[in-house]
Amino acid sequence: MTIDLHATSRRQLLFASGVMFAWAHMPKLARAEGRDPRLLVIVLRGALDGLAAVPPVGDPDWVRLRGDSALRLDGPTPALSLDNTFALNPAMPNLHRLYKSGEATILHAVSTPYRERSHFDGQDVLESGLPKPGAVDSGWLNRALSSLVPGDSVRRSQSGLAVGPVAPLVVRGSAPIMSWTPRRPANNEDTVMRLLELYRHTDPALAKVLEERLGLAAIAGAGPAVVSMDNKERDIGAAARVRAFFAQSAGSAAKFLARADGPRVGALSFDGWDTHANEGAMNGRLALLLGALDGAIATVKTESGEAWKETVVAIITEFGRTARVNGTEGTDHGTGTIAVLAGGALKGGRVISDWPGLADQMLYEQRDLKPTQDLRAALKGLLKDHLRVPDAALEASIFPGSKDVRPLEGLVG
Amino acid sequence: MASDSAIQTLLGLHRFGFGPRGDMPSVESADPRGLFLADLEKPPLLNDPALLGSAEAARAVETAKESRPLRRQRVPAVDRSAMPGPMQAENSSEPERTPEVAKRQRAPAPVKRMELFTLESQARFDKALSVDVGLTERLVWFWSNHFCVSAAKGLVRPYCGPLEREAIRPNVLGRFKDMLLAVESHPAMLIYLDNARSIGPNSPAGRNRSRGLNENLAREILELHTLGVRTVYTQADVTNFAKVITGWGMMPARQDSELGGEFYFNDRMHEPGPQTVLAKTYPDKGVEQGKDVLSDLARHPATARHIASKLAMHFVSDHPPEALVESLAKRFLETDGDLKEVTKTMLAAQESWDAPRTKIKRPSEWIIGCLRAGGVQSADLKTMGLSLTALGEPLWRPSSPKGFSDDSATWIDGIAQRVDIASRLSRGLPVEPPMAFDRVLGPLASEDTRRAIARAADRSQAMALLMMAPEFQRR
Repeated sequence: MTIDLHATSRRQLLFASGVMFAWAHMPKLARAEGRDPRLLVIVLRGALDGLAAVPPVGDPDWVRLRGDSALRLDGPTPALSLDNTFALNPAMPNLHRLYKSGEATILHAVSTPYRERSHFDGQDVLESGLPKPGAVDSGWLNRALSSLVPGDSVRRSQSGLAVGPVAPLVVRGSAPIMSWTPRRPANNEDTVMRLLELYRHTDPALAKVLEERLGLAAIAGAGPAVVSMDNKERDIGAAARVRAFFAQSAGSAAKFLARADGPRVGALSFDGWDTHANEGAMNGRLALLLGALDGAIATVKTESGEAWKETVVAIITEFGRTARVNGTEGTDHGTGTIAVLAGGALKGGRVISDWPGLADQMLYEQRDLKPTQDLRAALKGLLKDHLRVPDAALEASIFPGSKDVRPLEGLVG
Repeated sequence: MASDSAIQTLLGLHRFGFGPRGDMPSVESADPRGLFLADLEKPPLLNDPALLGSAEAARAVETAKESRPLRRQRVPAVDRSAMPGPMQAENSSEPERTPEVAKRQRAPAPVKRMELFTLESQARFDKALSVDVGLTERLVWFWSNHFCVSAAKGLVRPYCGPLEREAIRPNVLGRFKDMLLAVESHPAMLIYLDNARSIGPNSPAGRNRSRGLNENLAREILELHTLGVRTVYTQADVTNFAKVITGWGMMPARQDSELGGEFYFNDRMHEPGPQTVLAKTYPDKGVEQGKDVLSDLARHPATARHIASKLAMHFVSDHPPEALVESLAKRFLETDGDLKEVTKTMLAAQESWDAPRTKIKRPSEWIIGCLRAGGVQSADLKTMGLSLTALGEPLWRPSSPKGFSDDSATWIDGIAQRVDIASRLSRGLPVEPPMAFDRVLGPLASEDTRRAIARAADRSQAMALLMMAPEFQRR
């Protein structure tokens, strides 16, 4: 695979001119004519139960399969109707509102090409964009960034963004990435300067990480979204902590992406979706997680401001879970699941699905929701129509081996 | 000029240990390999009388939760042969049970989960600070991450430390099979990966109730603990193996004042009948059926290869030389999984010493290294907790059963965070920076690093720069 690398990044220019921390203080670039798209990818690690998030309430086999834990329109915690077949988990009222206003699209019975059931291999395939798991060191989002020509607004903003202590694989690679973890301010600027000097002479990889991080710190300091919550945080309970963490991570990402001179693509991940026991789709653990995710989506909209109308958030997971409940009120690793797109740039309000049905003979290997669409089709469609990634790159370097998977058209616009 | 053996010794202390201590005379050895081989003769046990065994811990937590006295009731017949005792390594040197200990085991004083966790973390960190060479302690940390559980699941929390002390430590220089059996039958693992609630569909309990199989533990044993992902097993092997280990659970702590919290094989939950795993059929011998499968998994060539490659990745390089992995796997198979022999093979291999020092230390190993360099004797738990969380490696709390990642790419983004942490850790240390520098980095450091540290504005900054030096970050 060849990867198109544009060597002169702004970071190098800054070093050449001797300006160290000016990244955040550069004059704002004039917004390019026309579109200035943003793409934020949220990876849900652990395999989301797509059937519990977007229950197929119109499928005659649904209640038979899930029994008491099947969300229904007329159940004790009624699901929120989407169309004749599907409804949304009631923990997600914000997403429901966005769906109703055409700013959210759901893909159902979707999967990557991966057909085994290892989380870690599944996440490799999901994030690398390669058809098989293996030793991978770059993600499709990073390679998409590399493929954009300089001068394009996405590429010109030159870097991808990763939020969290560990950058998700999807955004790792040769295109520069700034990673950001909210932190308390520390009074150590002099030490940092000395280290940068040392690293520049002895260890360029460390120098790069440190310098990019410093540019980001300056932006985040500019507003109230990234505030330390350490003391109060402890008192507000685990559920609220999860909500606050999701909202803070997604909110700071949105804020970076919204800036005129900020990055245009970013990625972050949320853990905890591996619900083997006591899944709690109605009132328990999964409902809590979905609620936190719903809050994160709403926060992205708020923090994006005007940029929301040019934003797409893609929420993806490595695979789904078994169609039936297992012996411990949970679900084991499965195959087909959902993906959620949200953002003002979407032509939304649709569930896109070639629904296979839940009759026993329709289940994949007699146990999982059968995947009927390839997640890469939607991702290719987004990269092509939203970010304007060239067709050739989509197949050659971003999703190698995906020639038969046509980009899904009409997602944005 | 430093001698070759002095350089090799320092390199080894960073690569195979937690790094040198800045407050102790340099470890001198004309024979660096011999120094590390000798470390393998020290049993890595942690015998702190303040620490409770897993079952005691479970009962102590239970008594703390409820003021009502423990009582014996509804106790199913107990198959004592199924207790984890016999599954431990035969040579595991269990501390003698003094009368006091025995008494406490019967009636543990109430303790909250968090207190136990605090005691356990303190003991673990302080052990890593006190060892001189540190190879066996690094092995403990390696295996603890290989067989990880997570305190994020509240029920697991009191068991995290005991799992490591009871199932990992006695076996890191013993046989892999013994460690595997000890871990998979430990309540920590059985709870963490849901096996304690998995019920054979055709077992007496399964027929009476709507509950049933949970394949979580079986899958992760095959994928993560033994054979490795994408090797020789299928979905049918996962499901069948899950049936084999139905009934492997623990005695509820509140149900039995003596055996509560111990491993317990519940025949009523066990799927009856023979099961086929990896093309071999195992007759139903109750708990023995699962032990038989685990024994075979432990000596499978795919397991040898998986373990060899993880060890080489952990200690030597993100991309270890194939010859090294081959020789470790070969030794593993020749010795029926004798982990001491495998470790010796790693030390003997020239590749283990020649690999370039490019691997970024994992956050926890780096922090322990910082404290050792700074002459700290006992870790401050609050600082440890905040720092490890900020760097993405909270103690005994990995985000998935795969454990914390072991490659530099994962951790390099945390370098900026490490500056903040180093700035905090470097304040008020009981060492003189020049001496600490000579002992900790000395001939490993570049001239640039030496100069940067020598020109620091103050002692604290000098120590922070030492902790952040590329030669200290990488091993």
